[in-house]
Amino acid sequence: MTTTAPQGTSTAVQPAGETPAPRRQGHGARSSPLSRVAFVVVLVLLTAVFVGPLLWMFLTSFKTAEGATSIPPSLLPHPATGDGYRPLLDTSSQTPVIRWFVNSLLAGVANAVLVTVTAALAAYALARLDFPGKRLVFGMIIATLFVPGFVFLIPNYLFVNGLGWLDTLWAVIVPSAGGAFGVFFLRQFFSSLPMELEEAAEIDGANRWQTFIRIVLPLSKPGLATLLVLSFLTNYNDFLWPVFVLFSPGTLTLPAGLSILQGAFTINYPVVMAGAVIASVPAIVLFILAQRNIVEGVARSGLKG
Amino acid sequence: MAVTSETQVGPVVPAAATGRRPRAGAQASGRRSRPLTAYLFLAPYLVLFLGFIIAPAVFGIWISLHDYDFVLPYKPWVGLDNYVALFTPGSRDFGDFWQSMGATGIFTGLSVPCLVVIPLVVAVLLNRKFPGRTFFRAVFFLPYVLGVAVIGLLFRYILDPNVGVVNYFLGRSIPWTTDLPWVWISLVGMTVWWTLGFNATIYLAGLTDIPRELYEAAEVDGASKGQQFRNVTLPGLRPVLVFVVTTTILASANMFGQYLLLTKGAPGTSTRTAIGYIATEGLSSFRMGAASAMSYVLAVFLLLISLISFRLFRDRQDA
Repeated sequence: MTTTAPQGTSTAVQPAGETPAPRRQGHGARSSPLSRVAFVVVLVLLTAVFVGPLLWMFLTSFKTAEGATSIPPSLLPHPATGDGYRPLLDTSSQTPVIRWFVNSLLAGVANAVLVTVTAALAAYALARLDFPGKRLVFGMIIATLFVPGFVFLIPNYLFVNGLGWLDTLWAVIVPSAGGAFGVFFLRQFFSSLPMELEEAAEIDGANRWQTFIRIVLPLSKPGLATLLVLSFLTNYNDFLWPVFVLFSPGTLTLPAGLSILQGAFTINYPVVMAGAVIASVPAIVLFILAQRNIVEGVARSGLKG
Repeated sequence: MAVTSETQVGPVVPAAATGRRPRAGAQASGRRSRPLTAYLFLAPYLVLFLGFIIAPAVFGIWISLHDYDFVLPYKPWVGLDNYVALFTPGSRDFGDFWQSMGATGIFTGLSVPCLVVIPLVVAVLLNRKFPGRTFFRAVFFLPYVLGVAVIGLLFRYILDPNVGVVNYFLGRSIPWTTDLPWVWISLVGMTVWWTLGFNATIYLAGLTDIPRELYEAAEVDGASKGQQFRNVTLPGLRPVLVFVVTTTILASANMFGQYLLLTKGAPGTSTRTAIGYIATEGLSSFRMGAASAMSYVLAVFLLLISLISFRLFRDRQDA
């Protein structure tokens, strides 16, 4: 992947994403009625394939255990019941999903803030300051973008154990903030800002810190918001790491907890689906609120990767 | 943000007002600050970076050179024995490790073509102008924002051999989660459903960058839709394609949650991936030396494969 970088930059991909410009307007108008019908049919079928399972998950969570496994299946829950959610709201049970929900939100927010603050500081130094060893530091950070995460799994488990963080939320908040993506992402963003404002501030006697806080950060709100959202989602959805570093019912995050839930309620699908619904809500809400940031962040990471 | 409060509040400048003289030494401003300032900006991140990325990468090699059992006090040095064992038929890990590498290989081989081609079709479809386009883009991206845990639970239910809605619609009782070859279809299908939107989004950004004039020129020359796709769209997407192929290979090779939640390795251990074997041996059985060695072997494999895939694509570009 290292090698893709020169490729990506040589072509004119930079201005991507700002507004998804409707380039090929003529296209739809010219096509025959038949192909337009085919297009609509394909679109509707695809949408059903993508929305259907999520809708099914939601509806099932309000069914009775028998209703969820009846043949033929019934689309709507009758009788509709909240029983599936009941064992999940009890914090003294072995499956306190509500507790995991809070843990996940806490860890996700803490991690996103930690990533964004440390990455912004470092990215500013890499984008705007000169210092001995700059190339080495940046080179090392970029190089680790291409090291697969599982390499860190076992040694970081030992580090986290040494720090006394096993089975605490610190284990899922701190280590992943060492990842290079945030620094890489924000350095790109800062580098694209016009220099004039920063120079003007410095002429007027602002020091580096003041320039960073008063000029660079406010100009970078979209980039910072994107990184916050992407970091939160990554952390909130992370599975492999929390499954191994968290183990008592009180400290689990949702992804780790849901796999236990599946084992504990093998045949009670409404409970399992209710857990999945609870876990989906923050991600879906965030997606609705920050769709632009998420989609553009993804598009940009691809183009500049 | 919390950091702002730490600012030494001084007479900070309402910046823009000052006349903007064209300054000759524009880049000089980057050089005037003392290195110490830069190191202070870098310090918080570098602590995390050195502590949880660089140090573990090095420490992992050290672990792999020992018979490193987490729960035993004595962890003897064994040199390259852990690596040698992985390539010695009949050793403790040989069979299981290479079976898991094979599983990762099968999954990668099956899912990468799907995840390269299907999102491209969807992206081309969504690149047309039609009412509600933004909505549909969001719909296809939606599953990607959900975690593998949610997706795994959901598919475990709809693919349930007895009560699952998929078998109901098909009118059969296919063992989607327990038997070959169905388990692979389930794992690949679920992964495609989950991550299609990610690749489609990257393709879409690439598509909007292809100048419309190229299509117009092709049309003037009498090129059909198919010819336009072959001769304008595909070449225009090449850098994006290289990125998609490479990241999809790496993501597929990292598959873990899908098998753990959907098949639990069934039948037997045939769908347990390399990451699954490394993680269970290292973090459940605490055989950390052997597991570290395996993770480096897998990492080298991935490095080679991404180099090869990059070469292939670049060569095709030259042709």
